[in-house]
Amino acid sequence: MKQNLRKLFFGVLWAICCIHVTSAQDYFPNNSGVNDTYTNYTAFTNAHIVISPDQTIKKGTLLIKDGRIVEVGASVKLPNGTEVIDLDGKSIYPSFIDVYSDLGVTPPSAGNFTRGGSQQLDTQRKGYYWNEHIRAETNAFDQFNYDSKKAEELRKAGFGLVNTHVKDGIVRGTGVLVALNSTDDNETRILDVRSAQYLSFNKSRASRQSYPSSLMGAIALLRQMYLDAQWYADGHVKTQDLSLAALNKNASLPQIFYAGSKLNAIRADKIGDEFGIQYTIVGNGDEYQIIDQIKKTNATFVLPLNFPKAYDVSNPFQADVVNLGDMRYWNQAPTNPKAFAKNNIPFAFTTDQLKSPANFMSNVQKAIKYGLDEKRALAALTTVPAKILGKSSLVGTLEKGKIANFLITSGNIFDPESTLYENWVQGKKNVLKDYTAKDISGKYTLQLGDKSYDMTLSGAADKPKIEVKKGDTKISAKVNYSEGWIGIILTEDGKNSRLKARVKADDTTLKGKAVVDSKEVAWTATKTGDVEKKDSKPREIKVHEIVPITYPNEAFGFKELPKSETVLFKNATVWTNEAEGILTETDVLVKKGKIAKIGKNLPKGSARVIDATGKHLTAGIIDEHTHIAATSVNEGGQNSSAEVTMEDVIDNEDINIYRNLAGGVTSAQILHGSANPIGGQSAIVKLKWGETGENMVYDNAPKFIKFALGENVKQSRSSTSTRFPQTRMGVEQLYIDYFQRAKEYDALKKSGKPYRKDLEMEVLAEILNKERFITCHSYVQSEINMLMKVAEKFNFTINTFTHILEGYKVADKMKAHGAGGSTFADWWAYKFEVNDAIPYNAAIMHDVGITTAINSDDREMSRRLNQEASKPVKYGGVSEEEAWKFVTLNPAKLLHIDDRVGSVKVGKDADLVLWSDHPLSVYAKAEKTMIDGAIYFDIDRDKQMRADIRLEKNKLIDMMLNEKANGAPTQAPKKNVKRALHCDSLDDSNHEH
Amino acid sequence: MNLVYTNLIKKVSTAAYACLYALLLVCIPLNAQQTPADPQDEITSIVGATAHIGNGQVIENCIIVFENGKIIRIGADVTPSGLIIDGKGKHVYPGFIMPNSTLGLGEIDAVRASIDEDEVGSFLPHIRSIIAYNTESKVVESMRPNGVLMGQITPRGGVISGTSSVVQFDAWNWEDAVVKEDDGIHLNWPGSFSRGRVRLGEAPGIIPNKNYAKSVDEIKTYFRNAISYPKAKTRRHLPFEAMQGLFDGTKKLYVHANAAREITDAVIFAKKMGVKHVVIVGGYEAPQTIDLLKKHQIPVLAVRTQSLPASNDDDYDYPYKLPKILADAGILVGLQNAGDMERMNSRNLPFYAGQIVGQGLDKEEALKMITSNTAKILGIDDAYGTLEVGKSATLFVSKGDALDMRTNQLTHAYIDGRAISLESHQTTLWRRYMNKYNTLK
Repeated sequence: MKQNLRKLFFGVLWAICCIHVTSAQDYFPNNSGVNDTYTNYTAFTNAHIVISPDQTIKKGTLLIKDGRIVEVGASVKLPNGTEVIDLDGKSIYPSFIDVYSDLGVTPPSAGNFTRGGSQQLDTQRKGYYWNEHIRAETNAFDQFNYDSKKAEELRKAGFGLVNTHVKDGIVRGTGVLVALNSTDDNETRILDVRSAQYLSFNKSRASRQSYPSSLMGAIALLRQMYLDAQWYADGHVKTQDLSLAALNKNASLPQIFYAGSKLNAIRADKIGDEFGIQYTIVGNGDEYQIIDQIKKTNATFVLPLNFPKAYDVSNPFQADVVNLGDMRYWNQAPTNPKAFAKNNIPFAFTTDQLKSPANFMSNVQKAIKYGLDEKRALAALTTVPAKILGKSSLVGTLEKGKIANFLITSGNIFDPESTLYENWVQGKKNVLKDYTAKDISGKYTLQLGDKSYDMTLSGAADKPKIEVKKGDTKISAKVNYSEGWIGIILTEDGKNSRLKARVKADDTTLKGKAVVDSKEVAWTATKTGDVEKKDSKPREIKVHEIVPITYPNEAFGFKELPKSETVLFKNATVWTNEAEGILTETDVLVKKGKIAKIGKNLPKGSARVIDATGKHLTAGIIDEHTHIAATSVNEGGQNSSAEVTMEDVIDNEDINIYRNLAGGVTSAQILHGSANPIGGQSAIVKLKWGETGENMVYDNAPKFIKFALGENVKQSRSSTSTRFPQTRMGVEQLYIDYFQRAKEYDALKKSGKPYRKDLEMEVLAEILNKERFITCHSYVQSEINMLMKVAEKFNFTINTFTHILEGYKVADKMKAHGAGGSTFADWWAYKFEVNDAIPYNAAIMHDVGITTAINSDDREMSRRLNQEASKPVKYGGVSEEEAWKFVTLNPAKLLHIDDRVGSVKVGKDADLVLWSDHPLSVYAKAEKTMIDGAIYFDIDRDKQMRADIRLEKNKLIDMMLNEKANGAPTQAPKKNVKRALHCDSLDDSNHEH
Repeated sequence: MNLVYTNLIKKVSTAAYACLYALLLVCIPLNAQQTPADPQDEITSIVGATAHIGNGQVIENCIIVFENGKIIRIGADVTPSGLIIDGKGKHVYPGFIMPNSTLGLGEIDAVRASIDEDEVGSFLPHIRSIIAYNTESKVVESMRPNGVLMGQITPRGGVISGTSSVVQFDAWNWEDAVVKEDDGIHLNWPGSFSRGRVRLGEAPGIIPNKNYAKSVDEIKTYFRNAISYPKAKTRRHLPFEAMQGLFDGTKKLYVHANAAREITDAVIFAKKMGVKHVVIVGGYEAPQTIDLLKKHQIPVLAVRTQSLPASNDDDYDYPYKLPKILADAGILVGLQNAGDMERMNSRNLPFYAGQIVGQGLDKEEALKMITSNTAKILGIDDAYGTLEVGKSATLFVSKGDALDMRTNQLTHAYIDGRAISLESHQTTLWRRYMNKYNTLK
């Protein structure tokens, strides 16, 4: 530890020294001769000067000295001795800034770790935060090693300044602001050694600490970290924590968060809001799809310009594999910057995610072609990044006093036909293309000694191509033209002749000396005519038609979100789930999202009438146990993860939401998995396809948490697991320990004394205080019994046992305890602990008097829960009316939402399904699925959507074929797939329950 | 369930024996399986039921008479004899057949020691499923209460997984169980797409399989060698010996393939190689290859009916309706359910057929897909798959429509005329605990 600390202190010390060095060269002793520092004024005159996106001088002068801008204007008085560079006809722009770079900083590699070693549960670093993925103490400066090759690439793309950082970890520490000045050294080019703090949701490659293993874990960790940082700042921690100390110190810096996807951008911003931090968010390019939500973040975005290539769909067998959503992304992505501009969301551009900065400008041009205003494009490259870094007074425009970082171009910088000549960094010239080079292209007669040739020079002025012929015979020739000298090598009969000449500005004839057969010979090339200028225009960016966005933006997305309607279902068989039972030839009126009336021959009024004759109307199906619509399912990095919540990781674009609606499912509990005894908090949602995750979650949703028992939590199928517990015996003790700690935590909290806010303990205390319910993954009777006894010791009740396949063995005990059971209808034999699972389980639990539900835990079976509800009729003789409640009213009761949903009752939410047949029959199809009075699935609309999808895919395939025909680069067809998530789904596993 | 008991008791001739049998049932220890039924020793007649023949035909108020395991009379106006089973208001079906199944080759999915489905190696035509088939499997016995009475036991994995056999589900040992031994060889056609291996720098997701042509070529070479083997004077070669049945027509070639391109390539290949009988297993995109399949009269064992569409863009009900699309186009279709948790889910075979009825297919046509069509595909239609005179009395009685879980309630089931038990490990536990709670009440 001592060593680490010392290293760090030296690092900081050095950093401080360097800051001073930058502006204090004068006092260095000089042992190398007399003073030879000479700086003069340089003026660029007659230039079109774009001072900033909003200020341009048509013909003006830019005056610089010592790397700074001294003056800029239409007429600038030049001090005596100013070096004047006439830029007549050329333009000057501020050079670009990339705030999300890793120039000169190599992120750590994972190479030190062997795969499949035993888990690392706790931190191995001492004196730092308990989680190794929090690395606020990292300063990119400490590992910064200026990479002049990469800097040159960036300069060629127009950049003059980057903010570079260690792209690694959840908190990544500070970045360095570096001018791409390869002439001077770090003491000059580094403008700020602690310029911003970087964060992300991604773990550090330098650590194999298992927590967090999921996105929701990373989110929870960030929350706990901010709480701990405050606790540390308040002086409650007696030991050193260099990570938190650094985090607190970095709090005043700009905070730049790498989100990596549109939904992660929303997630990151939400964390920021909770702790009073406005992150600048590094985006992904897909934000246009949810631009309204993006705007609400109030964040400035940093956008990559990695527009997808068209899929190569020329092989018909392969074309079909590409999803509509991915085809659309290709089609729409170039409009992303425009969407930001249109909605007045500030944004900068980054070269991040591009293979090479060389592709950068063509992508900016593409964005402009697709409607981005040029001023906004320039701002995204200059003023906005300057503002993000809080350096607007120093960089970003060509105003007086700012750093002399500018570009000299032949014209409009965004015009593909313009040339970028020079990129000046801190007043130092970098030539990219020599505009002083004389154009020597033309047809010549070359006289070399006594031989005569026809010679053609063509192509770019500074890089001509040569062709030499003797009569009709082509002679091998090479040309080099730079700095006013031309060199030619002719190879004839295996012998080389070397020609050179100084190109004179006012003479079209080239004259010089050559070495032929080791003898010096004079040569001349007399111009005989011009060459036809080949149209060397860059490939024109074709703007294709943009297909409209849907919600979500994929197949079966809605053009407009369904709206609540006034609807009268006429003449249905209504399964009320209430004392009225099953009513025949009955009408149900839906108004303002609620069930307004139930009765015979109800008046139509203003309602839209749906003829339900011969059909069955029921409450929507409620799935007590699902893992659809989730980005991640398990935070398995620790044996308890009570602090994580599924609400943070709702994936509202999961096609299975729509498929579930087509199976009559309207509500579901998105559960954490079963990787650990204490899992995470649930999200109880309505399957409002097209809505945001936030809007799917029930208002005032009852609080739930997933617990788990048995084979999964003891990691019985992992050969490397060392995590406690490894037996059912350990599971019991773990629970007692956690609840005891929660009890003590809660007592301290209630005492009014200072306490460290612990998100995990907060959640467990809610259970003790009966504010949060447990739904527990369970299989065998011993452990079921155990958990009820633990709960009773701590004076609370286990709300629900889910799976509960041996519930039938302890049904009497469950009844006495007050637990409900949510089970599979007929699953078994998939692992050892379900050997005694029987399809009669639901019937037995129900007979004993337990509130019994049938759930899915499977994204396919969930769309047939009506059939599954029928199985307890077959296995165990439950009445059909009661069996129907197993997938509607009973799960509503278990989820404590039965006051809102679960039955057809006046005043309840209009979550209804119209079935073509008896709902428990295998022959029944959901024809209409309604949530809060809005129809989210309609079998006729579905037919129309299918047709539309075919048409749109066809159209997009045509566009992509054209794109390929036009010579644009393509990518191989590919189908992006989401993994099926089950209880036990971790990064590598699948299909567990 | 009293009915089952009553009928079981009816079946045995002496009261004493009946008592003993009943006692046995109650005392069955937890892990014991059902005792296989004795051969039929008495003519049995099911009277008054609606008979679903399995070939599309329905006979109301039907009388089915079987003797020595064979149906000897069937019709509305035939004479019953022997033991009379009252079928009034009930339905009779041929026993359902689950092809391409690993039943009996595995017991508990997550317990490796209990699994015998995938041998090491790529080309294993000589590997025979039948000798590993466990007649005592608790999973197998749980098929029978739903009417699934037969199966094609099929190895998995590799390019050529091995050789399957057809069995019936009430037997002392695998020799007893065999209906058709070594009926076919199973070839897993290479995928024209594969999952990108991110660790090797490939893009995640499903991408074109660069090795497709190479993999196909390996299969071609293998088949060519197998064809030349009998003429070549070499050492005895077990795999090539096993392959010969494909060329003389004694074995069928089951090609597991889903994409249109794979199906097309596979069919053309198999025909070129002179394989007599080809069956496509899976066939997700088979509707795109209808003409080819019809031309060569190739049947399809369709991908699991109750499964998810392969693509986000596919109709949510595509797997539900796939068999109907194929049947409507004139293809012979059977249902199977290879995939996740396939063994225990096999008892839902009747409901897969029901699911297709929900898509508009005629019920009797759907029934064919789990009875006569499958029997034809497996080559056992001379004796199984329909309720016809001369065929095996492998059938069952259900209180209601057996394709709907709502009404699938078996009262009697027969395999080769033997009255089999409809009890299982699961019913035993059910009764035991219901008894516990009823006593407590």
